[in-house]
Amino acid sequence: MKITRYLLLAGLVFLYFPLLVLVIYSFNESRLVTIWTEFSVKWYLELLEDRQLMDAFFLSLQIACSTAFMSVLLGTIAAYVLVKLGRFPGQTLFSSMIIAPLVMPEVITGLSLLLLFVGLGNWLGWPASRGAMTIWIAHVTFSVAFVTIVITSRLREMDSSLEEAAMDLGATPLKVFFVITLPLISPALISGWLLAFTLSLDDLVIASFVSGPGSSTLPMVIYSSVRLGVSPKINALATIFVGLILVGSFVFWWSMQRWARYSAAKTPGQQ
Amino acid sequence: MKGVFAHKFWVVVWPYIWMLVFFALPFGFILKISLAESMIAMPPYSDIWSWSDGHFTWLGSFDNYRFLLEDDLYYLAYFNSLRLAAVSTVLCLFVAYPMAYGISRMEEPYRSLFLLLVILPSWTSFLIRIYAWIGLLKTNGLVNHFFMSVGLVDEPLTMLHSDFAIYLGIVYGYLPFMILPIYANLMKLDHSLIEAGYDLGARPWKVFLTIILPLSMSGVVAGCFLVFIPAVGEFIIPELLGGPDTLMIGKVLWQEFFVNRDWPVASAIAVVMLTFLIIPIYFYRRLEMKQLGVGE
Repeated sequence: MKITRYLLLAGLVFLYFPLLVLVIYSFNESRLVTIWTEFSVKWYLELLEDRQLMDAFFLSLQIACSTAFMSVLLGTIAAYVLVKLGRFPGQTLFSSMIIAPLVMPEVITGLSLLLLFVGLGNWLGWPASRGAMTIWIAHVTFSVAFVTIVITSRLREMDSSLEEAAMDLGATPLKVFFVITLPLISPALISGWLLAFTLSLDDLVIASFVSGPGSSTLPMVIYSSVRLGVSPKINALATIFVGLILVGSFVFWWSMQRWARYSAAKTPGQQ
Repeated sequence: MKGVFAHKFWVVVWPYIWMLVFFALPFGFILKISLAESMIAMPPYSDIWSWSDGHFTWLGSFDNYRFLLEDDLYYLAYFNSLRLAAVSTVLCLFVAYPMAYGISRMEEPYRSLFLLLVILPSWTSFLIRIYAWIGLLKTNGLVNHFFMSVGLVDEPLTMLHSDFAIYLGIVYGYLPFMILPIYANLMKLDHSLIEAGYDLGARPWKVFLTIILPLSMSGVVAGCFLVFIPAVGEFIIPELLGGPDTLMIGKVLWQEFFVNRDWPVASAIAVVMLTFLIIPIYFYRRLEMKQLGVGE
């Protein structure tokens, strides 16, 4: 059906047109984002001088990195449990807790985690205050779901005869996991890491609930500016964001293609 | 056998405890606070029981829920959220299906390139992507400028701060979540069935409706859940694109919490929202487990 080709292209135009406009108007001299006056990079320079924004950016970066590591760690274990270990008591509850965060509205997750932190803080004295730590916990909690899904599907597709062979040759389960399983699922670990990283960097709602005074993440600062209306500074920030993601993903896609071709060349049976 | 069990336990326990404490336990807290009373203190709610000299006294009440029932605002907000989310989900499906089908029929490496192009925007900031529409939809925005310069309309249309903007925002923001599960399902499709349909003289539409669509149904349903459930509680889209009178429950909860600082009422709103969503969430989980091929 040829018509789906055209609809696909139309859909892509729909997806990219607003971003394109955002990028173009970030180079506009005028403060008014709808009228083009002349080319300028002054909004980018102003961006660099905005201390609040830069602080928030570095805080978000830290939280996103640590969230990604912890989510991959927990997500790998959870995926391994779901695929390889068979039945265990409380499995239904476990799978529900892994899947539900995928669709749970953010306001519910945010509010319930805040109430948990406040309640535990009163009862146990931990966490004493809210900030980067509580945001990190919240981000790990919802990112684990996404990472687990990515790794689970990779584990399912994986050829388990290699693991069985290692097992037959007398390797312990732990050794099999680290020497055979982990390298085989490493592409999924990388995609899971990147997914958790971008999810954390993107979150406004949950972070707003669980953050404390003095710990504003980048989306929180963007939101407080955006709700007052359109600002070319935000356009400049968005352009940097979109640019980095575009370049990063194409490098990733390109290296994946190379990698696929390389491994296809090494296994002649697949032709 | 005991050794294997012990090994299993030490593997399962880490993610289990994390999710139990930080995902399941918080719902207990939200339920508890929804029965409390708002007060000026830190934390800003009353106890729902007291324990002194071996005497247990119950102090909780259902006043917050009664309050939600009595005020039309909340009823309207729930109804509106369900309506806006449902309509947007259907619109999203109509946009996403042909795109997913188009990608699934491509050859490599174009297939993975186009798949990447579809997912890419969702890796940039959701907030920024929704914000991008403000400049386009404003009364003196780009779309109106274009319409007026080609003489399509005489005076600017009001597009921002309307239901239309919300539909557009949800379809735009959640499109990849609809495309991905449908695409994954279409990729598993056995093409000999489609060819058989054509060989037996069926028209393309008939092949689509009787073979392709039914076989990709679980992807369609999964995509609909992935869009509908979070969209009901959406905050950013009604906040940035909706008008002052577009009530959506996520925004109402946010205002109750951040503006009125009434934590118990916000909790009650969340509990009611969750009871609406628990059935779709349950079915979504079953579908997802089946898709992942994880036995239960």
